[in-house]
Order: sequence, then C-alpha cells, then structure tokens
Amino acid sequence: MTELWDAFVEALRLIVSLDDEVVSIAWRSLRVSAASTALAALFCIPLGGLISFRSFHGKRLLINIIQTFYSVPTVCVGLFVFLMLSRAGPLGGLGLLFTPTAMVLGQALLITPIMLGLTISALSGVDKTIRDTTLSLGASERQAIWAIIKEARFAVGAAIVLGFGRAISEVGVAWMVGGNIKGFTRLLTTAIALDAQKGELVLALALGVILIAIALIVSLGVNLVQQRH
Amino acid sequence: MIRKPLYCLLAVLVLVALLIGTAGCSGETAGGMLNPVDRLRVATTTSLYDTGLWGYLEPKFEKQYDVELDILSGGSGLALEWGRRGDVDVLTVHSKTDELKFISDNYSSERVWFAYNYFLIVGPEDDPAGIKGMTPEDAFKTLYESSGGKFVSRGDNSGTHSKEKAIWKAAGYADYNALTDAGAAAGWYLEAGKGMGDTLVMASEMGAYTLTDIGTFLAYQSDLQLVPIVDSGSILLNIYTVLICTKGKNQEMANNLVTFLTSAETQELIGDYGMKDYGQSLFTPCAGQPEPTS
Repeated sequence: MTELWDAFVEALRLIVSLDDEVVSIAWRSLRVSAASTALAALFCIPLGGLISFRSFHGKRLLINIIQTFYSVPTVCVGLFVFLMLSRAGPLGGLGLLFTPTAMVLGQALLITPIMLGLTISALSGVDKTIRDTTLSLGASERQAIWAIIKEARFAVGAAIVLGFGRAISEVGVAWMVGGNIKGFTRLLTTAIALDAQKGELVLALALGVILIAIALIVSLGVNLVQQRH
Repeated sequence: MIRKPLYCLLAVLVLVALLIGTAGCSGETAGGMLNPVDRLRVATTTSLYDTGLWGYLEPKFEKQYDVELDILSGGSGLALEWGRRGDVDVLTVHSKTDELKFISDNYSSERVWFAYNYFLIVGPEDDPAGIKGMTPEDAFKTLYESSGGKFVSRGDNSGTHSKEKAIWKAAGYADYNALTDAGAAAGWYLEAGKGMGDTLVMASEMGAYTLTDIGTFLAYQSDLQLVPIVDSGSILLNIYTVLICTKGKNQEMANNLVTFLTSAETQELIGDYGMKDYGQSLFTPCAGQPEPTS
C-alpha cells in the first residue's frame, strides 16, 4: 500500500514543481468541464424552471425519463456524440471530432439529465406560497420562475457542482470524442486511464489527487459565491 | 441584475466559458474549419504509442513539416474503424489480415511496412505447462491439451489478438469461438478485453501465459513476474505498416508522413529506439525491403 503514499508525494511534487505537462492537462480539464457545465447550466436551469413551474400532461413521465438518464454510461454518450460528429455522421462536416469543443459538447450532453433533474427537484422543494405571492403581485411567468430559482439557489448550486463533478471525472466521453491526443485533447481522466494502462500506477493516482484538488477549489468557489449573497 | 446571486453565479460560469473560447488561441479549441493550423491525424496501435516510439518521432516530424500531429492510440480494431469512417488520415497498425481487407474495401491503396519485431509468449518462470522451447503452435496446443497453465487473451480485436487467433488456427484449432468457449468454461482461457499493458499485469498477477509484443513487454518487464517462454517461430513475426486512408482529408501531409517514416534517417532512429532505456532495440527497420517473412 506504499503506492498511496507515493501517489500523494508525487502529486505534491507535480503541483509544487508546476510540471509543464501536468499543469496544461489540469488547466485543460478545468476549462473543458467548466465550459460544459456552463453550457448545460445555461440550458438546464431555465428549462428546469419552466418544467417545474408549469403543469402539463406527461410531466411525471418526463421527469421519470430525465431521472433514468442519470444512469447513462459515459461511454454510451461518448459513442453517440462520436457517431454524430464522425465525418461519416450527420454533423461530420463541422470537423469537430477529436477537438476540445467536441468534448465540451459531449460532457454538456452527459450532465444535462442530472442538472435538469436536480434543478426540477430543487425547485419543487420551494414553498408554493412564493409562487402564488409573486403571481398575485403581478409578476410574469418568467419573473415568478426567477423568484423560485433564487429561493432555491443553494440546491440549484448543488446541481451545478454535481454536474461539474460528473463532467470533470468522466472518462468515456473525453476518450471517445476527444481521442486523448497529447497536448490537445488529453484531460486528467484520460491521462489517468492511459498511465494506468501503461503501468504508471503512482503517476495515475497522483493525477487523480490533482483532479480532486481542482474539484475542491471549484466547490469552495461556488460556496463562496452563494454565501456572499 | 448583478446583485442577484444566481445571475452572479451564471455570470461567473459564462465568463469561464468565454475564457475557454478565447484562451484557446494556440489552436486548442477551434474545430477543423476555424483552425488555420495544419493538422494530421494518425491512429496508431497501442504498442507503437505505449513504447514511446511515437512520442519520440512526433516532434521531429512536426518540426520538419510544420504541422500538428494528432496521435490517437487505440487497438488496431478501433484504429481501422476510425480509418473507415474518415476520421483519421493515416494508420500505423500491425494486423496483416485486417489491413488487406481494409485495402480490398478501398479504404486505402497500399500498406507500407516500416518496422518489425517479434511477438513473445511470456509466462511464469517455472513454466507450469512445460512449453519452453516449443514452437508457438506446439506451445498453444500443449496449453490447450494439458491445461497445466492459464492463458490471458487480449480479447479486444487488436493486432495482438489477431495474431493469437492466427496461432490457434495454425495449431489446428480452426474454430476460435469454440476454443475460447471451451477454454473459458474449463477456466484456463481468460479474455482480458484490455490493452497490452493491463493484460500483462493481469497475466503476471494470475501466474498465466500471454502473447505480447516485445516492446510493451520490455517496457513493463520490471513490474512483472513473467519471462519470455517462446520467442522464435516465423508465425511470431510482427510487422508494423503505415496506411494512408482514402477518406482522410489531409492526403498531402499523409504522404509526407509515409515519406518521413520510410526515410533513411527515421529508419535509423527506429532501429536505435529502445537502446537507451532497455539496452536493446525494440524494432527492426525494414522500409524499402521485401516484406519480412521470418
């Protein structure tokens, strides 16, 4: 079990020495996952608000379907996006396959169900009187939804953090649509998978420690933003 | 609006997203259309990547031709699929049967061999099945009949896996599926479904035999309780070829890569590769010569 300790020491060494390759991989991981989270959030929070606010036929079924896709294997999302973006696929002409942009799109798609579902759950926990009060004060639907989202900001923030967590820790999408190209589409997770496959176990674990450190900073940052208001 | 916390949070997120859009000026984020940098995509079998050969040659090629070389490492099965779909420009693989089919299906016009080495059957030092010194065919036959030892197969349609199937066939077991089913039922044949490195680690942990390319074996040897058991026999020949994909989009640069790999200078680099780290070369260059047969 000395490997665990070695991995910590190695991770610290890599961080302190600002190892060029590790820094660029970590920075790329952070940017890709932040972008995919932002993209998904911009789409999921308003849509989640709308779904939660309105009552319509098949709402329960829709929510069930969304929740089912919490479990979608990352490699399957990767395969789906790969088939879309492959030159033989419908969006092949965009030339996006094996680029960071493709990974952002894939990860955003991957975390959409979880962010959408959790946003809906978060909003359904908000006291119904807020909705009724805002509406009776003459608020539009948009304003009312916004008031509800604001009320549930901690739970919505948790949905964003969880989405980010799923994005930065996944390997299937990044592997299938990014291709793990050194210096271009290699992320922490695909580097970990490669190093593990190459038998560089301590290095692989060390990269995992660095990934967790990044997640810690991000979650602290989100908490800070929430606390301040 | 800024005083509202969620807007604030979203604003931060959007800012980060924008940062990503702009910070990638070095050619990182743009897709093919927007990207002025010339890129060439090569799909390679894992053994050329994991041994570090591609990492060693990549900067030299990039400098010589002022191009970004994107190297995608996957088993030969996946590499060929990328080639069929037009997602990569060039393949470097080692699976003759698959390559010939690839060419007859018009996905490439020719296979150019540039290096070779030999596969090894490796196993635990005490050689429980007693196959040391046999021909590869006899060794496999003994493994099957004596069930004195376990065998770990890649099981991933890689070039190494194809070679394993070819050896089984040459040993007289034409029906590979029946063989693996029977072997799996009897408990001595295990499909790892993983890359070469993982498969070697698995074989080592289980005290089993496996078929490996020499490069990956040498790279891993220090962590393994495995030694070469059978290392000669013409069927173990492992030829690495480069193929230009007809559906690729950078034909000109693809041609440059073939020229580069087969040039006298690169051939010498390939022949010397490994001396420093393993004390022996991992590949024998063979460009421009007749295809090796033994």
